[in-house]
Amino acid sequence: MAETHKIAEKSTTRRFLLLGLMVLVVLILSLFVGRYPEPYWMPPSYLWRDELAQRLVLYLRLPRILTAFIMGMSLGAAGAVFQMIFRNPLVSPGFLGVSQGAAFGAAVSIIYLGRSPLIIEASATLFAFSGLIISYLLARNIRYGKWVLRLILAGIATSALFSAGVGVLKYLADPLSELPDIVFWLLGGLWAVTWRDLLYILPVVLIALGVLFLMRWRINLLALRDETAFSLGVAPSRERVLVLVAAVAATAVVVAVAGVVGWVGLIVPHIARMVVGPDTRRALPAAMLIGGIFTLLCDNLARTLLAGEIPLGILTSLAGALIFAWVFLSGHRWVRR
Amino acid sequence: MNHPEIISLAGLRFSYTTSGPPVLKDLSLEFPAGAVTAILGPNGSGKTTLLFILLGILSPQMGEVIIDGKDQKGLPRSMLSRLMGLVPEEEHIPFDFSILEYVLLGRAPHLGLLEQPKEMDYQVALEALDRSGLSALADRPIPSLSGGERQLAKVARALAQRPRVLLFDEPTAHLDLNNKGRVLDMIRSMADDGVAVVMTTHDPNAAVVVADHVVLLRAGQTVATGPVEVVLTSENLSQTYGLPVEVTSVHGRPVVLPW
Repeated sequence: MAETHKIAEKSTTRRFLLLGLMVLVVLILSLFVGRYPEPYWMPPSYLWRDELAQRLVLYLRLPRILTAFIMGMSLGAAGAVFQMIFRNPLVSPGFLGVSQGAAFGAAVSIIYLGRSPLIIEASATLFAFSGLIISYLLARNIRYGKWVLRLILAGIATSALFSAGVGVLKYLADPLSELPDIVFWLLGGLWAVTWRDLLYILPVVLIALGVLFLMRWRINLLALRDETAFSLGVAPSRERVLVLVAAVAATAVVVAVAGVVGWVGLIVPHIARMVVGPDTRRALPAAMLIGGIFTLLCDNLARTLLAGEIPLGILTSLAGALIFAWVFLSGHRWVRR
Repeated sequence: MNHPEIISLAGLRFSYTTSGPPVLKDLSLEFPAGAVTAILGPNGSGKTTLLFILLGILSPQMGEVIIDGKDQKGLPRSMLSRLMGLVPEEEHIPFDFSILEYVLLGRAPHLGLLEQPKEMDYQVALEALDRSGLSALADRPIPSLSGGERQLAKVARALAQRPRVLLFDEPTAHLDLNNKGRVLDMIRSMADDGVAVVMTTHDPNAAVVVADHVVLLRAGQTVATGPVEVVLTSENLSQTYGLPVEVTSVHGRPVVLPW
Protein backbone atom coordinates (compact mmCIF):
# COMPACT_ATOMS: atom_id res chain seq x y z
CA MET A 1 0.00 0.00 0.00
CA ALA A 2 2.85 2.35 0.80
CA GLU A 3 3.84 2.31 -2.85
CA THR A 4 0.48 3.37 -4.31
CA HIS A 5 1.35 7.04 -4.39
CA LYS A 6 4.41 6.24 -6.49
CA ILE A 7 2.33 4.28 -8.98
CA ALA A 8 -0.12 7.19 -9.11
CA GLU A 9 2.77 9.58 -9.70
CA LYS A 10 4.03 7.50 -12.60
CA SER A 11 0.67 7.56 -14.34
CA THR A 12 0.48 11.32 -13.76
CA THR A 13 3.93 11.78 -15.27
CA ARG A 14 2.76 9.86 -18.33
CA ARG A 15 -0.28 12.09 -18.66
CA PHE A 16 1.85 15.22 -18.44
CA LEU A 17 4.24 13.88 -21.08
CA LEU A 18 1.25 13.25 -23.31
CA LEU A 19 -0.09 16.76 -22.69
CA GLY A 20 3.33 18.25 -23.41
CA LEU A 21 3.51 16.32 -26.66
CA MET A 22 0.04 17.56 -27.64
CA VAL A 23 1.13 21.14 -26.92
CA LEU A 24 4.13 20.79 -29.23
CA VAL A 25 2.13 19.18 -32.02
CA VAL A 26 -0.69 21.75 -31.84
CA LEU A 27 1.74 24.69 -31.69
CA ILE A 28 3.68 23.49 -34.75
CA LEU A 29 0.66 22.46 -36.83
CA SER A 30 -1.04 25.80 -36.08
CA LEU A 31 1.73 27.57 -38.04
CA PHE A 32 0.54 25.88 -41.21
CA VAL A 33 -3.18 26.38 -40.63
CA GLY A 34 -4.77 29.43 -42.19
CA ARG A 35 -6.11 30.88 -45.41
CA TYR A 36 -2.87 31.36 -47.32
CA PRO A 37 -2.03 30.24 -49.94
CA GLU A 38 -5.44 28.56 -49.98
CA PRO A 39 -7.98 27.91 -47.22
CA TYR A 40 -7.10 25.61 -44.29
CA TRP A 41 -3.59 24.32 -44.95
CA MET A 42 -0.23 25.58 -46.13
CA PRO A 43 2.28 22.94 -47.20
CA PRO A 44 5.41 23.33 -45.00
CA SER A 45 7.63 23.65 -48.07
CA TYR A 46 6.27 27.20 -48.54
CA LEU A 47 8.34 28.21 -45.54
CA TRP A 48 11.57 28.08 -47.51
CA ARG A 49 10.42 29.02 -50.97
CA ASP A 50 7.73 31.68 -50.48
CA GLU A 51 8.77 35.01 -49.01
CA LEU A 52 5.20 36.10 -48.27
CA ALA A 53 4.58 32.86 -46.38
CA GLN A 54 7.72 33.46 -44.31
CA ARG A 55 6.63 36.95 -43.33
CA LEU A 56 3.07 35.82 -42.71
CA VAL A 57 4.21 33.11 -40.34
CA LEU A 58 6.79 35.25 -38.58
CA TYR A 59 4.83 38.47 -38.12
CA LEU A 60 1.21 37.37 -38.03
CA ARG A 61 0.73 33.72 -37.22
CA LEU A 62 3.55 33.15 -34.71
CA PRO A 63 2.74 36.05 -32.34
CA ARG A 64 -0.95 35.23 -32.60
CA ILE A 65 -0.41 31.55 -31.90
CA LEU A 66 1.80 32.28 -28.91
CA THR A 67 -0.63 34.89 -27.57
CA ALA A 68 -3.56 32.50 -27.92
CA PHE A 69 -1.63 29.82 -26.08
CA ILE A 70 -0.50 32.15 -23.28
CA MET A 71 -3.99 33.52 -22.98
CA GLY A 72 -5.41 30.02 -22.58
CA MET A 73 -2.71 29.19 -20.01
CA SER A 74 -3.57 32.29 -17.99
CA LEU A 75 -7.33 31.80 -18.07
CA GLY A 76 -7.03 28.07 -17.30
CA ALA A 77 -4.64 28.67 -14.39
CA ALA A 78 -6.64 31.57 -13.00
CA GLY A 79 -9.84 29.52 -13.23
CA ALA A 80 -8.25 26.55 -11.45
CA VAL A 81 -7.03 28.80 -8.63
CA PHE A 82 -10.36 30.64 -8.33
CA GLN A 83 -12.37 27.44 -8.14
CA MET A 84 -10.02 26.06 -5.52
CA ILE A 85 -9.91 29.00 -3.14
CA PHE A 86 -13.62 29.76 -3.51
CA ARG A 87 -14.32 26.04 -2.99
CA ASN A 88 -16.73 26.36 -5.86
CA PRO A 89 -16.46 24.63 -9.24
CA LEU A 90 -18.70 27.22 -10.88
CA VAL A 91 -16.65 30.39 -10.58
CA SER A 92 -14.40 31.70 -13.32
CA PRO A 93 -11.56 34.23 -13.21
CA GLY A 94 -13.55 37.11 -14.69
CA PHE A 95 -16.29 37.12 -12.12
CA LEU A 96 -14.78 39.52 -9.58
CA GLY A 97 -15.64 42.44 -11.87
CA VAL A 98 -12.48 41.84 -13.89
CA SER A 99 -13.97 40.98 -17.30
CA GLN A 100 -16.71 43.59 -17.18
CA GLY A 101 -14.20 46.14 -15.87
CA ALA A 102 -11.92 45.46 -18.84
CA ALA A 103 -14.87 45.74 -21.23
CA PHE A 104 -15.84 49.07 -19.72
CA GLY A 105 -12.26 50.31 -19.94
CA ALA A 106 -12.05 49.34 -23.60
CA ALA A 107 -15.37 51.01 -24.40
CA VAL A 108 -14.33 54.22 -22.62
CA SER A 109 -11.12 54.21 -24.58
CA ILE A 110 -12.81 53.58 -27.95
CA ILE A 111 -15.21 56.48 -27.46
CA TYR A 112 -13.22 59.05 -25.52
CA LEU A 113 -9.51 58.29 -25.54
CA GLY A 114 -8.79 57.04 -29.02
CA ARG A 115 -8.79 53.74 -30.75
CA SER A 116 -5.09 52.93 -30.79
CA PRO A 117 -4.51 49.40 -29.48
CA LEU A 118 -2.06 50.54 -26.81
CA ILE A 119 -4.50 53.01 -25.26
CA ILE A 120 -7.35 50.48 -25.39
CA GLU A 121 -5.17 47.86 -23.69
CA ALA A 122 -3.94 50.23 -21.00
CA SER A 123 -7.46 51.45 -20.26
CA ALA A 124 -8.86 47.89 -20.20
CA THR A 125 -6.09 46.72 -17.83
CA LEU A 126 -6.64 49.69 -15.53
CA PHE A 127 -10.39 49.11 -15.32
CA ALA A 128 -9.95 45.33 -14.93
CA PHE A 129 -7.89 45.99 -11.82
CA SER A 130 -10.32 48.60 -10.55
CA GLY A 131 -13.02 45.93 -10.92
CA LEU A 132 -11.04 43.70 -8.56
CA ILE A 133 -10.33 46.54 -6.13
CA ILE A 134 -13.98 47.64 -6.01
CA SER A 135 -15.11 44.03 -5.49
CA TYR A 136 -12.57 43.58 -2.73
CA LEU A 137 -13.40 46.81 -0.90
CA LEU A 138 -17.11 46.09 -1.22
CA ALA A 139 -16.62 42.56 0.12
CA ARG A 140 -14.65 43.86 3.08
CA ASN A 141 -17.43 46.19 4.08
CA ILE A 142 -20.44 43.97 3.48
CA ARG A 143 -21.82 42.95 6.85
CA TYR A 144 -23.32 39.71 5.76
CA GLY A 145 -22.13 36.16 5.29
CA LYS A 146 -18.65 34.70 5.21
CA TRP A 147 -15.64 35.69 3.14
CA VAL A 148 -16.45 33.57 0.10
CA LEU A 149 -20.08 34.64 -0.07
CA ARG A 150 -19.18 38.31 0.43
CA LEU A 151 -16.61 38.29 -2.38
CA ILE A 152 -18.98 36.51 -4.75
CA LEU A 153 -21.79 38.98 -3.99
CA ALA A 154 -19.43 41.92 -4.37
CA GLY A 155 -18.13 40.50 -7.67
CA ILE A 156 -21.65 40.11 -9.03
CA ALA A 157 -22.53 43.69 -8.02
CA THR A 158 -19.33 45.14 -9.50
CA SER A 159 -19.79 43.21 -12.75
CA ALA A 160 -23.37 44.47 -13.00
CA LEU A 161 -22.18 48.03 -12.41
CA PHE A 162 -19.60 47.86 -15.20
CA SER A 163 -21.86 46.05 -17.63
CA ALA A 164 -24.48 48.75 -17.06
CA GLY A 165 -21.71 51.25 -17.83
CA VAL A 166 -20.87 49.38 -21.03
CA GLY A 167 -24.57 49.51 -21.95
CA VAL A 168 -24.63 53.28 -21.49
CA LEU A 169 -21.47 53.70 -23.56
CA LYS A 170 -22.86 51.52 -26.36
CA TYR A 171 -25.93 53.77 -26.38
CA LEU A 172 -23.75 56.90 -26.59
CA ALA A 173 -21.36 55.49 -29.18
CA ASP A 174 -21.40 56.55 -32.81
CA PRO A 175 -23.34 53.68 -34.40
CA LEU A 176 -21.29 53.74 -37.60
CA SER A 177 -17.73 53.85 -36.33
CA GLU A 178 -17.46 53.34 -32.57
CA LEU A 179 -20.24 50.87 -31.88
CA PRO A 180 -18.96 48.12 -34.22
CA ASP A 181 -15.51 48.44 -32.60
CA ILE A 182 -16.99 48.07 -29.13
CA VAL A 183 -19.16 45.12 -30.11
CA PHE A 184 -16.29 43.35 -31.81
CA TRP A 185 -14.05 43.97 -28.83
CA LEU A 186 -16.70 42.59 -26.49
CA LEU A 187 -16.88 39.39 -28.51
CA GLY A 188 -13.16 38.91 -28.12
CA GLY A 189 -10.55 38.07 -30.67
CA LEU A 190 -6.87 37.99 -31.51
CA TRP A 191 -6.97 39.19 -35.13
CA ALA A 192 -4.96 42.34 -34.35
CA VAL A 193 -2.28 40.72 -32.22
CA THR A 194 1.33 41.61 -32.95
CA TRP A 195 4.64 40.92 -31.24
CA ARG A 196 4.13 44.19 -29.35
CA ASP A 197 0.96 42.81 -27.70
CA LEU A 198 2.78 39.66 -26.77
CA LEU A 199 5.53 41.68 -25.13
CA TYR A 200 2.87 43.68 -23.28
CA ILE A 201 1.29 40.65 -21.62
CA LEU A 202 4.37 38.44 -21.25
CA PRO A 203 6.06 40.01 -18.18
CA VAL A 204 2.85 40.18 -16.14
CA VAL A 205 1.77 36.68 -17.13
CA LEU A 206 5.21 35.20 -16.41
CA ILE A 207 5.38 36.72 -12.93
CA ALA A 208 1.74 35.93 -12.06
CA LEU A 209 1.77 32.34 -13.30
CA GLY A 210 5.23 31.90 -11.78
CA VAL A 211 3.91 32.85 -8.33
CA LEU A 212 0.92 30.53 -8.71
CA PHE A 213 3.06 27.67 -9.98
CA LEU A 214 5.51 27.96 -7.08
CA MET A 215 2.66 28.05 -4.56
CA ARG A 216 0.78 25.21 -6.23
CA TRP A 217 0.78 22.80 -3.30
CA ARG A 218 -0.05 25.46 -0.75
CA ILE A 219 -3.09 26.61 -2.76
CA ASN A 220 -4.72 23.31 -1.68
CA LEU A 221 -4.62 24.55 1.92
CA LEU A 222 -6.53 27.70 0.97
CA ALA A 223 -9.55 25.54 0.12
CA LEU A 224 -9.84 24.41 3.75
CA ARG A 225 -11.97 26.30 6.22
CA ASP A 226 -10.23 29.22 7.92
CA GLU A 227 -9.71 27.55 11.30
CA THR A 228 -8.13 24.45 9.79
CA ALA A 229 -5.93 26.48 7.44
CA PHE A 230 -4.85 28.61 10.42
CA SER A 231 -4.03 25.49 12.46
CA LEU A 232 -1.75 24.41 9.59
CA GLY A 233 0.22 27.66 9.73
CA VAL A 234 -1.54 29.45 6.89
CA ALA A 235 -2.56 33.13 7.04
CA PRO A 236 -5.84 32.43 5.21
CA SER A 237 -6.94 35.95 4.22
CA ARG A 238 -3.49 37.26 3.36
CA GLU A 239 -2.45 34.26 1.28
CA ARG A 240 -5.80 34.14 -0.52
CA VAL A 241 -5.45 37.80 -1.49
CA LEU A 242 -1.90 37.21 -2.78
CA VAL A 243 -3.04 34.28 -4.91
CA LEU A 244 -6.14 36.17 -6.12
CA VAL A 245 -4.11 39.19 -7.19
CA ALA A 246 -1.71 36.99 -9.16
CA ALA A 247 -4.60 35.17 -10.88
CA VAL A 248 -6.44 38.41 -11.64
CA ALA A 249 -3.31 40.13 -12.97
CA ALA A 250 -2.79 37.38 -15.55
CA THR A 251 -6.49 37.47 -16.47
CA ALA A 252 -6.59 41.27 -16.71
CA VAL A 253 -3.73 41.64 -19.19
CA VAL A 254 -4.92 38.87 -21.51
CA VAL A 255 -8.48 40.18 -21.45
CA ALA A 256 -7.15 43.67 -22.18
CA VAL A 257 -5.46 42.39 -25.34
CA ALA A 258 -8.02 39.86 -26.52
CA GLY A 259 -11.36 41.07 -25.21
CA VAL A 260 -13.80 39.05 -23.18
CA VAL A 261 -13.12 35.45 -24.10
CA GLY A 262 -15.56 33.45 -22.02
CA TRP A 263 -15.73 29.92 -20.71
CA VAL A 264 -12.05 29.01 -20.92
CA GLY A 265 -11.50 29.78 -17.23
CA LEU A 266 -14.64 27.91 -16.25
CA ILE A 267 -14.42 24.69 -18.23
CA VAL A 268 -10.67 24.07 -18.50
CA PRO A 269 -10.09 23.50 -14.76
CA HIS A 270 -12.78 20.81 -14.82
CA ILE A 271 -11.06 18.98 -17.64
CA ALA A 272 -7.71 19.37 -15.87
CA ARG A 273 -9.04 17.86 -12.63
CA MET A 274 -10.60 15.05 -14.64
CA VAL A 275 -7.25 14.23 -16.24
CA VAL A 276 -4.84 14.56 -13.28
CA GLY A 277 -7.01 14.87 -10.13
CA PRO A 278 -7.91 17.85 -7.94
CA ASP A 279 -4.54 18.36 -6.19
CA THR A 280 -3.45 21.83 -7.37
CA ARG A 281 0.14 20.58 -7.60
CA ARG A 282 -0.98 18.78 -10.76
CA ALA A 283 -4.31 20.43 -11.64
CA LEU A 284 -2.71 23.87 -12.04
CA PRO A 285 -0.04 22.94 -14.60
CA ALA A 286 -2.56 20.71 -16.37
CA ALA A 287 -5.06 23.60 -16.54
CA MET A 288 -2.32 25.78 -18.08
CA LEU A 289 -1.50 23.25 -20.81
CA ILE A 290 -5.11 22.28 -21.55
CA GLY A 291 -6.20 25.95 -21.51
CA GLY A 292 -3.44 26.76 -24.01
CA ILE A 293 -4.42 23.91 -26.33
CA PHE A 294 -8.15 24.69 -26.09
CA THR A 295 -7.76 28.40 -26.81
CA LEU A 296 -5.27 27.86 -29.61
CA LEU A 297 -7.54 25.33 -31.33
CA CYS A 298 -10.50 27.72 -31.04
CA ASP A 299 -8.41 30.58 -32.40
CA ASN A 300 -7.23 28.44 -35.33
CA LEU A 301 -10.88 27.86 -36.20
CA ALA A 302 -11.64 31.56 -35.71
CA ARG A 303 -9.11 32.65 -38.31
CA THR A 304 -9.46 29.76 -40.75
CA LEU A 305 -13.04 28.55 -40.93
CA LEU A 306 -14.55 31.48 -42.85
CA ALA A 307 -13.09 34.10 -45.14
CA GLY A 308 -13.82 36.68 -42.45
CA GLU A 309 -12.69 36.46 -38.84
CA ILE A 310 -15.07 34.72 -36.42
CA PRO A 311 -14.87 36.39 -32.98
CA LEU A 312 -12.89 34.07 -30.69
CA GLY A 313 -15.28 34.62 -27.78
CA ILE A 314 -18.11 33.08 -29.80
CA LEU A 315 -16.12 29.93 -30.52
CA THR A 316 -14.80 29.46 -26.97
CA SER A 317 -18.32 29.97 -25.64
CA LEU A 318 -19.77 27.52 -28.14
CA ALA A 319 -17.13 24.83 -27.57
CA GLY A 320 -16.99 25.57 -23.83
CA ALA A 321 -20.75 25.38 -23.39
CA LEU A 322 -20.94 22.10 -25.29
CA ILE A 323 -18.16 20.54 -23.21
CA PHE A 324 -19.69 21.99 -20.04
CA ALA A 325 -23.06 20.44 -20.84
CA TRP A 326 -21.41 17.13 -21.61
CA VAL A 327 -19.41 17.14 -18.38
CA PHE A 328 -22.42 17.95 -16.22
CA LEU A 329 -24.99 15.85 -18.04
CA SER A 330 -22.86 12.73 -18.12
CA GLY A 331 -22.77 12.78 -14.31
CA HIS A 332 -19.06 12.30 -13.82
CA ARG A 333 -17.74 11.89 -10.33
CA TRP A 334 -15.75 15.12 -10.29
CA VAL A 335 -18.87 17.25 -10.50
CA ARG A 336 -20.15 16.05 -7.13
CA ARG A 337 -19.62 18.46 -4.29
CA MET B 1 4.73 10.14 35.27
CA ASN B 2 4.89 13.86 35.76
CA HIS B 3 3.28 15.86 32.98
CA PRO B 4 3.78 19.62 33.00
CA GLU B 5 0.98 21.81 31.68
CA ILE B 6 1.86 22.45 28.07
CA ILE B 7 -0.98 24.88 27.58
CA SER B 8 -2.79 27.05 30.09
CA LEU B 9 -4.84 30.20 30.20
CA ALA B 10 -5.25 32.81 32.89
CA GLY B 11 -7.78 35.57 33.55
CA LEU B 12 -9.35 35.06 30.13
CA ARG B 13 -12.17 37.29 28.96
CA PHE B 14 -13.60 37.28 25.45
CA SER B 15 -16.52 38.77 23.57
CA TYR B 16 -17.25 38.85 19.84
CA THR B 17 -18.42 42.47 19.85
CA THR B 18 -17.05 45.37 21.85
CA SER B 19 -20.42 46.26 23.40
CA GLY B 20 -21.96 42.79 23.76
CA PRO B 21 -21.81 40.55 26.81
CA PRO B 22 -18.65 38.46 27.17
CA VAL B 23 -18.82 34.89 25.83
CA LEU B 24 -16.10 33.80 28.25
CA LYS B 25 -15.24 35.48 31.52
CA ASP B 26 -12.47 35.04 34.09
CA LEU B 27 -11.37 31.66 32.83
CA SER B 28 -8.20 30.15 34.18
CA LEU B 29 -7.48 26.59 33.08
CA GLU B 30 -4.58 24.20 32.62
CA PHE B 31 -4.29 21.43 30.07
CA PRO B 32 -1.63 18.88 30.94
CA ALA B 33 0.38 16.91 28.40
CA GLY B 34 -0.40 13.20 28.19
CA ALA B 35 -3.99 13.67 29.28
CA VAL B 36 -7.40 14.21 27.71
CA THR B 37 -9.33 17.24 28.95
CA ALA B 38 -13.00 17.30 27.99
CA ILE B 39 -14.91 20.59 27.89
CA LEU B 40 -18.59 19.93 28.60
CA GLY B 41 -21.43 22.38 28.52
CA PRO B 42 -24.74 23.25 26.87
CA ASN B 43 -25.01 24.86 23.43
CA GLY B 44 -23.75 28.42 23.48
CA SER B 45 -21.73 28.00 26.66
CA GLY B 46 -18.53 29.02 24.83
CA LYS B 47 -16.90 25.63 24.23
CA THR B 48 -15.92 26.16 20.61
CA THR B 49 -14.95 29.78 21.27
CA LEU B 50 -12.59 28.55 23.98
CA LEU B 51 -11.09 26.04 21.54
CA PHE B 52 -10.50 28.74 18.92
CA ILE B 53 -8.84 30.96 21.53
CA LEU B 54 -6.49 28.13 22.43
CA LEU B 55 -5.80 27.75 18.70
CA GLY B 56 -4.97 31.44 18.49
CA ILE B 57 -7.38 32.40 15.69
CA LEU B 58 -9.42 34.45 18.19
CA SER B 59 -7.64 36.82 20.58
CA PRO B 60 -9.03 37.40 24.04
CA GLN B 61 -9.67 40.96 25.23
CA MET B 62 -8.12 40.14 28.57
CA GLY B 63 -5.90 37.41 29.92
CA GLU B 64 -3.30 35.30 28.24
CA VAL B 65 -2.72 31.88 26.73
CA ILE B 66 0.59 30.28 27.66
CA ILE B 67 1.95 27.51 25.46
CA ASP B 68 5.06 25.62 26.39
CA GLY B 69 6.00 28.43 28.80
CA LYS B 70 5.61 31.19 26.21
CA ASP B 71 2.90 33.76 25.55
CA GLN B 72 0.89 32.63 22.54
CA LYS B 73 0.79 36.18 21.13
CA GLY B 74 4.57 36.22 20.80
CA LEU B 75 4.77 32.93 18.89
CA PRO B 76 4.97 33.07 15.10
CA ARG B 77 2.22 31.22 13.26
CA SER B 78 4.63 28.67 11.81
CA MET B 79 5.84 27.73 15.29
CA LEU B 80 2.29 27.61 16.63
CA SER B 81 1.19 25.26 13.86
CA ARG B 82 3.99 22.85 14.65
CA LEU B 83 2.85 22.78 18.29
CA MET B 84 -0.88 22.57 17.88
CA GLY B 85 -3.39 20.85 15.59
CA LEU B 86 -7.15 21.12 15.15
CA VAL B 87 -9.79 18.56 14.22
CA PRO B 88 -12.85 20.71 13.44
CA GLU B 89 -16.39 19.44 13.80
CA GLU B 90 -17.07 19.71 10.11
CA GLU B 91 -14.75 20.04 7.19
CA HIS B 92 -16.15 20.63 3.76
CA ILE B 93 -13.63 19.40 1.22
CA PRO B 94 -14.57 20.37 -2.31
CA PHE B 95 -13.42 18.22 -5.22
CA ASP B 96 -12.25 14.64 -5.11
CA PHE B 97 -9.04 14.81 -3.11
CA SER B 98 -7.79 11.35 -2.24
CA ILE B 99 -7.47 10.58 1.47
CA LEU B 100 -3.69 10.48 1.14
CA GLU B 101 -3.59 13.90 -0.55
CA TYR B 102 -5.83 15.26 2.19
CA VAL B 103 -3.77 13.79 5.04
CA LEU B 104 -0.63 15.13 3.38
CA LEU B 105 -1.98 18.67 3.96
CA GLY B 106 -1.15 18.08 7.63
CA ARG B 107 2.53 18.36 6.71
CA ALA B 108 2.17 22.06 5.82
CA PRO B 109 3.61 23.38 9.12
CA HIS B 110 6.82 21.50 8.37
CA LEU B 111 7.15 22.83 4.82
CA GLY B 112 8.04 26.29 3.55
CA LEU B 113 5.74 28.58 1.56
CA LEU B 114 6.97 27.29 -1.82
CA GLU B 115 7.90 23.74 -0.84
CA GLN B 116 6.25 20.55 -2.05
CA PRO B 117 5.80 17.50 0.19
CA LYS B 118 8.72 15.12 -0.06
CA GLU B 119 9.13 11.37 0.35
CA MET B 120 9.50 11.81 4.12
CA ASP B 121 6.19 13.65 4.29
CA TYR B 122 4.51 10.84 2.37
CA GLN B 123 5.89 8.37 4.90
CA VAL B 124 4.53 10.38 7.84
CA ALA B 125 1.15 10.69 6.12
CA LEU B 126 1.02 6.97 5.40
CA GLU B 127 1.90 6.19 9.03
CA ALA B 128 -0.91 8.46 10.17
CA LEU B 129 -3.31 6.66 7.83
CA ASP B 130 -2.10 3.32 9.14
CA ARG B 131 -2.72 4.40 12.70
CA SER B 132 -6.22 5.55 11.82
CA GLY B 133 -6.96 2.25 10.14
CA LEU B 134 -7.47 3.93 6.77
CA SER B 135 -4.47 2.51 4.89
CA ALA B 136 -6.64 0.40 2.62
CA LEU B 137 -8.60 3.50 1.58
CA ALA B 138 -5.59 5.78 0.86
CA ASP B 139 -6.52 6.36 -2.78
CA ARG B 140 -10.28 6.73 -2.26
CA PRO B 141 -11.75 10.20 -2.88
CA ILE B 142 -12.82 11.99 0.31
CA PRO B 143 -16.45 12.57 -0.82
CA SER B 144 -16.95 8.79 -1.10
CA LEU B 145 -16.18 8.22 2.60
CA SER B 146 -18.74 7.51 5.30
CA GLY B 147 -19.11 9.97 8.16
CA GLY B 148 -16.97 7.82 10.44
CA GLU B 149 -14.18 7.38 7.89
CA ARG B 150 -14.23 11.10 7.22
CA GLN B 151 -13.78 11.82 10.92
CA LEU B 152 -10.86 9.37 11.05
CA ALA B 153 -9.34 11.06 7.97
CA LYS B 154 -9.47 14.41 9.79
CA VAL B 155 -7.75 12.82 12.80
CA ALA B 156 -5.09 11.32 10.49
CA ARG B 157 -4.52 14.77 8.93
CA ALA B 158 -3.94 16.23 12.40
CA LEU B 159 -1.70 13.27 13.31
CA ALA B 160 0.51 13.88 10.27
CA GLN B 161 1.08 17.34 11.71
CA ARG B 162 2.79 15.68 14.76
CA PRO B 163 1.47 18.28 17.21
CA ARG B 164 2.03 18.37 20.97
CA VAL B 165 -1.41 19.83 21.59
CA LEU B 166 -4.45 18.56 19.72
CA LEU B 167 -7.81 20.30 19.78
CA PHE B 168 -10.99 18.37 18.91
CA ASP B 169 -14.32 20.07 18.31
CA GLU B 170 -17.14 17.60 18.95
CA PRO B 171 -15.15 14.55 17.81
CA THR B 172 -18.00 12.08 18.31
CA ALA B 173 -20.92 14.09 16.93
CA HIS B 174 -23.00 12.22 14.32
CA LEU B 175 -21.03 8.96 14.72
CA ASP B 176 -22.41 5.47 15.30
CA LEU B 177 -21.28 3.46 18.34
CA ASN B 178 -18.52 1.64 16.51
CA ASN B 179 -17.00 4.76 14.93
CA LYS B 180 -17.38 6.64 18.20
CA GLY B 181 -15.29 3.92 19.80
CA ARG B 182 -12.64 4.09 17.08
CA VAL B 183 -12.30 7.86 17.36
CA LEU B 184 -12.18 7.80 21.17
CA ASP B 185 -9.54 5.02 21.05
CA MET B 186 -7.37 7.21 18.82
CA ILE B 187 -7.81 10.17 21.13
CA ARG B 188 -6.78 8.01 24.09
CA SER B 189 -3.73 6.60 22.33
CA MET B 190 -2.53 10.08 21.34
CA ALA B 191 -2.78 11.24 24.93
CA ASP B 192 -0.87 8.12 26.00
CA ASP B 193 1.87 9.21 23.58
CA GLY B 194 2.21 12.47 25.53
CA VAL B 195 -0.03 14.79 23.49
CA ALA B 196 -2.19 17.24 25.40
CA VAL B 197 -5.69 16.59 24.05
CA VAL B 198 -8.47 19.12 24.52
CA MET B 199 -11.92 18.16 23.28
CA THR B 200 -15.31 19.79 23.40
CA THR B 201 -18.27 17.45 23.60
CA HIS B 202 -22.00 17.36 24.18
CA ASP B 203 -21.79 13.80 25.34
CA PRO B 204 -20.89 13.36 29.04
CA ASN B 205 -20.58 9.62 28.50
CA ALA B 206 -17.86 10.15 25.86
CA ALA B 207 -16.02 12.20 28.47
CA VAL B 208 -16.41 9.38 30.98
CA VAL B 209 -14.85 6.90 28.54
CA VAL B 210 -11.86 8.90 27.37
CA ALA B 211 -11.16 11.95 29.53
CA ASP B 212 -8.83 12.37 32.49
CA HIS B 213 -10.02 15.87 33.33
CA VAL B 214 -13.29 17.65 32.80
CA VAL B 215 -14.14 21.33 32.51
CA LEU B 216 -17.83 22.10 33.03
CA LEU B 217 -18.75 25.32 31.27
CA ARG B 218 -21.95 27.32 31.63
CA ALA B 219 -22.47 30.76 30.10
CA GLY B 220 -18.74 31.32 29.70
CA GLN B 221 -17.79 30.43 33.26
CA THR B 222 -16.55 27.23 34.82
CA VAL B 223 -18.97 25.33 37.03
CA ALA B 224 -16.30 22.85 38.08
CA THR B 225 -12.96 21.51 36.88
CA GLY B 226 -10.92 18.50 37.89
CA PRO B 227 -10.62 14.73 37.48
CA VAL B 228 -13.61 13.00 35.82
CA GLU B 229 -14.72 11.01 38.86
CA VAL B 230 -14.68 14.09 41.10
CA VAL B 231 -16.35 16.55 38.75
CA LEU B 232 -18.99 14.45 37.01
CA THR B 233 -21.57 14.41 39.79
CA SER B 234 -25.34 14.73 39.58
CA GLU B 235 -25.21 18.16 41.26
CA ASN B 236 -22.50 19.60 38.97
CA LEU B 237 -24.11 18.33 35.78
CA SER B 238 -27.59 19.46 36.86
CA GLN B 239 -26.18 22.92 37.50
CA THR B 240 -24.34 22.96 34.16
CA TYR B 241 -27.26 21.95 31.99
CA GLY B 242 -30.00 23.54 34.09
CA LEU B 243 -32.07 20.37 34.35
CA PRO B 244 -31.94 17.35 36.64
CA VAL B 245 -29.19 14.94 35.63
CA GLU B 246 -28.42 11.71 37.38
CA VAL B 247 -25.04 10.01 37.47
CA THR B 248 -25.31 6.37 38.27
CA SER B 249 -22.95 3.44 38.00
CA VAL B 250 -23.18 0.47 35.66
CA HIS B 251 -20.58 -2.29 36.00
CA GLY B 252 -18.43 0.08 38.04
CA ARG B 253 -18.48 2.79 35.41
CA PRO B 254 -20.28 6.09 35.83
CA VAL B 255 -23.17 6.64 33.41
CA VAL B 256 -24.87 9.98 32.92
CA LEU B 257 -28.64 9.98 32.54
CA PRO B 258 -30.68 13.12 31.85
CA TRP B 259 -34.21 13.20 33.22
